[in-house]
Amino acid sequence: MIVDAARGAPLGTDAQSPPPELVQLLTPEGERVEHPEYDVNLTPEEIKGLYRDLVIVRRIDTEAVALTRQGELGIWASLLGQEAAQIGSAHALRTGDMAFPSYREHGVAWCRGVDPLDLLGLFRGVNHAGWDPKAHNFHLYTIVIGSHALHATGYAMGIQRDGAENAAIVYFGDGATSQGDVNEAFVWSAAQNAPIVFFCQNNQWAISEPLERQSRIPLYRRAEGFGFPGVRVDGNDIFAVLAVTRKALDNARSGQGPTLIEAFTYRMGAHTTTDDPTRYRLQSELESWKLKDPIERLKAYLVKNEMADREFFDAIDAEAKQVGSDLRRRCLELPDPEPTAIWENVYATEHSLLAEERDQFTSYLASFEDVSR
Amino acid sequence: MNEGLRKAMENDPKVLIMGEDVGKLGGVFRVTDGLQKDFGEARVIDTPLAESGIVGTAIGLALRGYRPVCEIQFDGFVFPAFNQITTQLAKMRMRSLGTLELPVVIRIPCGGGIGAVEHHSESPEAYFTHTGGLRVVACSNPSDAYTMIQQAIECPDPVIFFEPKRRYWDKAPVDRDLSKAVPFDRAVVARPGEDVTVLAYGPMVKTSLEAAQADENHSIEVVDVRSLNPLDEETILESVRRTGRCVVVHEAPVFNGYGAELAARITEKCFYHLEAPVLRVGGFSTPYPPSRLEDHYLPDLDRVLDAVDRTFAW
Ligand SMILES: Cc1ncc(C[n+]2csc(CCOP(=O)(O)OP(=O)(O)O)c2C)c(N)n1
Ligand SMILES: [Mg+2]
Repeated sequence: MIVDAARGAPLGTDAQSPPPELVQLLTPEGERVEHPEYDVNLTPEEIKGLYRDLVIVRRIDTEAVALTRQGELGIWASLLGQEAAQIGSAHALRTGDMAFPSYREHGVAWCRGVDPLDLLGLFRGVNHAGWDPKAHNFHLYTIVIGSHALHATGYAMGIQRDGAENAAIVYFGDGATSQGDVNEAFVWSAAQNAPIVFFCQNNQWAISEPLERQSRIPLYRRAEGFGFPGVRVDGNDIFAVLAVTRKALDNARSGQGPTLIEAFTYRMGAHTTTDDPTRYRLQSELESWKLKDPIERLKAYLVKNEMADREFFDAIDAEAKQVGSDLRRRCLELPDPEPTAIWENVYATEHSLLAEERDQFTSYLASFEDVSR
Repeated sequence: MNEGLRKAMENDPKVLIMGEDVGKLGGVFRVTDGLQKDFGEARVIDTPLAESGIVGTAIGLALRGYRPVCEIQFDGFVFPAFNQITTQLAKMRMRSLGTLELPVVIRIPCGGGIGAVEHHSESPEAYFTHTGGLRVVACSNPSDAYTMIQQAIECPDPVIFFEPKRRYWDKAPVDRDLSKAVPFDRAVVARPGEDVTVLAYGPMVKTSLEAAQADENHSIEVVDVRSLNPLDEETILESVRRTGRCVVVHEAPVFNGYGAELAARITEKCFYHLEAPVLRVGGFSTPYPPSRLEDHYLPDLDRVLDAVDRTFAW
């Protein structure tokens, strides 16, 4: 085998093999297509509901990017392009299922009833997470890549021991599949037959590194070696994502163990607002993915099938705009926390050293007020 | 940093750079900007997203005669590699009865003050200074960044190299003559003074210098510790014996922080010279707070001067 040391990856292996099967139920043009294994049966109202979520979530994202540019947030990780992967998979969840997000799952958060303002808090720097994970069955964001895959696995082991008919789902990126913790989660969940779905949004990039830096084979095929099924789904096709995730969750809930879903999608924006993708990728790549936009495709489907008219789309746009401006207003009103918040919630009970630090710091701050008076 | 790395790569073809996004992007702080273009993808490696792998494979490369310089993207992400660093990298020379050499440098952008989200503002130095077999250094200014990184790469021992990320944007003249450079395991007096010694390293050196500048009542000597392990006791103890007072400043939590070692050592060795106990200024015994609170958490000029005043109240 010739190994090109410079590029790291071996030449002439899977790079040239035929593209793997991609589960698709809706083409980029909005054409409904059949798949032998997967199907969805949705009412027009349900489909319109999905469309509404897609549009609103994109609007929230746009607003957050703008707020960052204006200095109101420290940073933002945009989900642009990944709306269908998130909204589709989140709609497959039942209330009692538990979701473990990374840091980009704003769409899943929306579907779990998390107030978008609570997402902004973290990025504004007023808290590390504004929501109660138990109230939404939506865990905290995890920034240390891959760590939460094991938490989700353990949680699923708990579900299993409780005999509950639920499952856990864990979201992570293509880059995360290289982490030891993620691979250990694969091993554990297989060995324990845990009711878990690994939902990998392959958005083709881990900051500046393309997928080839992480893997020689399509990611969904990793699952086989660990002993559970893997499936690659068109991540910009909300129908297919919903169908594939439903089935995987059903399997998990009915004792058939884990599934790895690779949602094949694209990060249409920068990695975060501090990133500059022009340094490492071509504009043409983005242009080609724009043609596969998840929202445009559902819109085309709705129009073609005369399920929605101009009035509907206008109303959704107006609602999204309202959510955006409301979010902006509430973000600007978010107060900075009191300094004493530093010492809050660190331990279950009063901690003498922390109390001492807090009291000393409080009087230290007060000494400045005395001077200015 | 960038120039120093480039020099090291020019001088020794065995020097490699490895890390996440260090190639085309030049690292998230652009420290490795242009190096992949000039030295190729075999020497500047965009690694898989796996820190344990970065350090583990660096150990293997070092065993094969290379000198890997690993970039950990942010302080909070060194922990997946903690096992490799503490149980493997640190101990291999001793375990091999001195036959194996591991000239691995692990660069870690450290500290807060940039308004980042969690895990991007930490000061984990004490975990590493606590581990025998590792050298731990911190640069505080552009000139030291340039020289110390080259000295670290030349060093036959593994080096944990802390870079204060909020100082990446600082500008200062850089002395390019390495032959005259202070060895990287020595402390330096960054500002001479007579009344009190302020010991700092990394990001807090600049803060301490500003405090010294601002203090009209006391003549503050600032010592840049630079090498946390091994520690240059000679420079530090000499200063404290002269001034009789000492304040240690770091961003890491005070409790069980690196300052505890300095305070204990100074108390032991300068007891009869001290006019006041050694005081420590640093972070609190909590997780690093959300960024809107970091100005309270991080020592600033006022908190350094407050401690200086307190040593004179004794
Ligand atoms: C353990 C760890 N190492 C490094 C980082 C820095 N980092 C943040 S996001 C990222 C890339 C993640 O890529 P991927 O898993 O594909 O997710 P995406 O951001 O594309 O959604 C990196 C390297 C981190 N957060 N955690
Ligand atoms: Mg990715």
